[in-house]
Amino acid sequence: MSQSIAITGMGIISAIGNNVAENYASLLNGSSGITKISKIDTIHRDAIMVGEIDFTNQELESILGLTPENNYSRTALLAAIAAKEAVADAKIADIKSWKTGLISSTSVGGMDMTEKYYYDYLENDTHRKYIEGHHAGDTTQKVAEQLGIEASLVTTISTACSSAANAIMFGARLIKSGKLDRVIVGGADCLSKFTINGFKTLMILSDTYSTPFDENRKGLNLGEAAAFLVLESEAVMQAENKKALAYLIGYGNANDAYHQTASSENGDGATLAMQKALAVAGIAPSDIDYVNAHGTATGNNDLSEGRALIRVFGEPRVPDFSSTKAYTGHTLAAAGGIEAVYSVLALQHNVIYPNLNFKTPMKEFNLRPQTVLKHTELNTVLSNSLGFGGNCSTLIFSKNP
Amino acid sequence: MGDLKQELKEKIIEQLNLEDISVDDIADAEPLFGEGLGLDSIDALELIVMLDKDYGIKLADPKEGKKIFESIDTMANYIAEHKTK
Amino acid sequence: MKDNPYKIAAYCHIKQQRISLNGDIILENSEIDFPSFIKSVYKHFDTDYPKFFKMDNLSKLAFMAAEIIMRPEKKGLENNQNIALVFSNRASSLDTDRKHEASIKDPNAYYPSPAIFVYTLPNICMGEISIRHQLNSENSFFIFDDFNAHYLSEYTNCLLQDVKAEKVLCGWVELDENTFEAFLYMVAKNGPIAHNVEAINRLYKKSWEI
Repeated sequence: MSQSIAITGMGIISAIGNNVAENYASLLNGSSGITKISKIDTIHRDAIMVGEIDFTNQELESILGLTPENNYSRTALLAAIAAKEAVADAKIADIKSWKTGLISSTSVGGMDMTEKYYYDYLENDTHRKYIEGHHAGDTTQKVAEQLGIEASLVTTISTACSSAANAIMFGARLIKSGKLDRVIVGGADCLSKFTINGFKTLMILSDTYSTPFDENRKGLNLGEAAAFLVLESEAVMQAENKKALAYLIGYGNANDAYHQTASSENGDGATLAMQKALAVAGIAPSDIDYVNAHGTATGNNDLSEGRALIRVFGEPRVPDFSSTKAYTGHTLAAAGGIEAVYSVLALQHNVIYPNLNFKTPMKEFNLRPQTVLKHTELNTVLSNSLGFGGNCSTLIFSKNP
Repeated sequence: MGDLKQELKEKIIEQLNLEDISVDDIADAEPLFGEGLGLDSIDALELIVMLDKDYGIKLADPKEGKKIFESIDTMANYIAEHKTK
Repeated sequence: MKDNPYKIAAYCHIKQQRISLNGDIILENSEIDFPSFIKSVYKHFDTDYPKFFKMDNLSKLAFMAAEIIMRPEKKGLENNQNIALVFSNRASSLDTDRKHEASIKDPNAYYPSPAIFVYTLPNICMGEISIRHQLNSENSFFIFDDFNAHYLSEYTNCLLQDVKAEKVLCGWVELDENTFEAFLYMVAKNGPIAHNVEAINRLYKKSWEI
C-alpha cells in the first residue's frame, strides 16, 4: 500500500504575502514581514516584534464575502482564505467528485475574540456570537463549510508548533490507507494577547529582528499565518490526468520525552523524527538537498535542532539549511503548513532561501546556515516542525514520487 | 534576614507546588537547582515572576537568575539589596 | 482492512469518581473537586513522582490514567518502548487557558505564570507521559465534539500496520473544571478484546451506575 502522495494545490497568507505568489516574491527579495505590532493593544507593544498580516478583520471578512452576522475569529478568517486558494490552485471544480477530507490545526482558535469580548459577554449580547467560535474545532468547521466538505471527513489537530505538519502527515496516511482520495491539510493561528503574554513570561521573545542559528540570538518573533496543501492519491491523479506540484515522500513524528516546552540538549526528538521520515521515504540523508529548519532563534531550539542535524547527517555533511522564520515569525500551529508551501516552492523553482539576519556562527558547532539566495537543482527538501510537549515532526518533499 | 529566608522558603514551596516538602527540609545554603531541590527552568521563570510580584525587582535577562537563585542565602541577599516593595 | 489483527490489551476508565481497569472497579472516591480527587488517586497508587504536582489538571488526569494502564507494562521494563500516544478531547486545554487568561487580564496585577502557560496546549499531557515512561514514540492529539472511536481506530490501525509503533495507547482525556473523564485503551498485537469500533464504543459506554 505504498502509493505516492501528490501535492496538487497550495494556499497561504502570512506576514510576507497574501497568497502563494506574493509569499514567493518576498522570499526571493529577502523582504521580511517582521514589524512592531499594530492591531493588538498589548502592553508589550514596544518590547516585541511580530510577523503581522496587514489585513484587518473587516478586510478579511470582505474578501470572503461574509455577512455582518458572521462569527469568524481572525484564525478562521485566515484559514478560510488560505484553504480556498489551495483548492482553487488544485483546480478542483467539484469537491464532492472524490472522497475529500479536511484536517486543519490551530493553537489559538477563537481566543483572539474571547480575550477581547469575554467581559462584554456578561454585559450585553452584542458579541456573544463569538463564544461558539472559540473552540479549536470551530475554525476547521468554518473552513469545511467554505469548501463544501462533508462534516464526517473533518478533524482538527492541536499539537502546538508541529500541528500543521502532523495534519499533513495524517492526511497522507488517510490517503495511503484508502480512507480518502484527497485531503486538504494545514493550519492557522492569529496573533493574540494570550500567546504574546504567555511567550513573554517564558522569556523567549526577542525585542528585535530574530536571528536564527546565530550565536547572539535573543529569541523568537511570533507571527500569524494560515497555509493549506491539497494532497491527492494516484487514482485521482491518473483519472484526472493531473500533474503534481511535488510529492510528499516521507514523514515522521517522535516525542523528545524531556520537558514540557524545552528541547533536549542533543535533540533526541528531532533526530528521531528526521530518521523516521527518511525511513518512510526510503532515502539516505545524503539525498536531502535542503533543510528548511524549525529555527525559531531561541537559545534552546537552535542548539537542540543543530545538534540533531549533526546527528542525522554528520557535521561535514549537513545539507544547505535555513530558517524562514526571520521572514514570517513563528506562526505556531501554522508553521508546519507555511513551511511546507515554502519547501514545495523551493523544489519548483530550485532555490534555497536565505536565513536572514545571520552574523555569527554558534560556538557549539560548525554549522552556518545559507545566508544568500541560492539557485541550485533541488530534488528533495526536508522540513522540521518541533512543538511544545516534545512533539517533533519532519516532512520530506520531492520532485519525484 | 532570617524572616526573609523563612518567607522565601514558604513562598517557594507554595509557588512551585513542592508537595511533601516543608520549610525545615530546605537548608539555607542548599543548591536549589540541579541537585538539592531539583528545580527546573520553568521554576526559574516562576521565581523571576515572584521577584517582580512580591519584591518589585524586575530581571530582564533570565541568565541573571542563575546566580541569584543558587540558594536561599543568595536569593535573600539579592532581594535585601534590590527590593522596591 | 477487513480482518483487523489488533487487540485491545487493556483499558482504563476514570469517570464520576470511579476508576476501573479492564472493566473492574479498582477505586472509588467521594472527593468532588478534581484536585483533591486526583491527589488521592496519586497517593493510592504510591506513585512517587514529585513532578506530578507541577502539572495542570488535564495532565494530572491523563498521567494517572496512563499510569494505571502502564503499570503492568513496567514488569520486565525496557526503556524507550515504542508505544505511540493518540489522544483526543473536546475542551482542548480550556481549563488551564482560563487560568492563564485570568493572570493577564488586570493591568494592575499583571503576573502571568510560566508554569501555567506551558500547559495551555492539550498535547503537553502526552509530553508528560512520554517523559515519565521515556517514550520517544509518535504522538498526536485530536479535538472532537465527542468521543470518536472511528477516527481513533483508523489512525491506530495505520500506525500498527505501518509498524510505526508496536503498541498504541489511545483514547479520550477530557477535563473542564470539575467535569472530567479519561478513557484510555492499549492496542497491541495480543489481547483479550478485538480492536474494532463496536468494541471500543461498548467498553467506553459500559455503565456501572448502580
